[in-house]
Amino acid sequence: MVNRTIVGAHYGLRDWLIQRVTAGVMALGSLALAVYVMLHPDLGYDRWTGLFSSQAVRAFALLFLLSLFYHAWVGMRDIVMDYVKPTGIRLIIHVLVVLTLLLYTIWSVQILWGM
Amino acid sequence: MNKVRPKHLALHLIKLPLPGFVSILHRVSGLALFLALPLLLMMLQYSLHSIVTYGQLMDVLAHPLAKLMLLGLLWAYAHHFCAGLRYMAIDLHIVANLKQARDSSKIVMLVSLLLTLLLGAKLW
Repeated sequence: MVNRTIVGAHYGLRDWLIQRVTAGVMALGSLALAVYVMLHPDLGYDRWTGLFSSQAVRAFALLFLLSLFYHAWVGMRDIVMDYVKPTGIRLIIHVLVVLTLLLYTIWSVQILWGM
Repeated sequence: MNKVRPKHLALHLIKLPLPGFVSILHRVSGLALFLALPLLLMMLQYSLHSIVTYGQLMDVLAHPLAKLMLLGLLWAYAHHFCAGLRYMAIDLHIVANLKQARDSSKIVMLVSLLLTLLLGAKLW
């Protein structure tokens, strides 16, 4: 009789790393925005949309949001795995979270390039 | 593997040490930010779409309840940010022993509250 211990799918290290890389991207973006707002205390509609009319800013904003969504998936999956025991409900929540984040991704592109 | 072990998880009696408290707040703040995502994306959309939607957004955000909600989210973001930096410091063995774990937890709580106050003051 073979007595094997199931040890998982080995996605732990990859997710651990991705969680930190995406956090780094968001930290940089947050600091950049904070500095910009401090340098322009009179931030109004014109300056705000002017900032986002730059393709580079749009691209980095999308990178920020994609990082956020991937980061949120890893975090939400960990939370659901810890607290939701029935497999069926856990699967349903996982699918809903993934679909929601994919929709947010499409929405983000529409926001940034459809303004 | 299937041995049933006794569990005594009386949640109302368990008193978490400060690092544990920071850890559970990291989860709670992350969950809150995830749930607030549609609102935040909608705010970004309204701020960028046109001068009319920008004005509508500013009117809504002028309401004290909206400001209170923003303040809460600001704290969630600040705490998640600082607690996340603490985890990276632990990964890099900068925080390596019990005293440092406790001290860094205190710093995370303090700095995130200070950041919330500072940004909140700017908000009002």
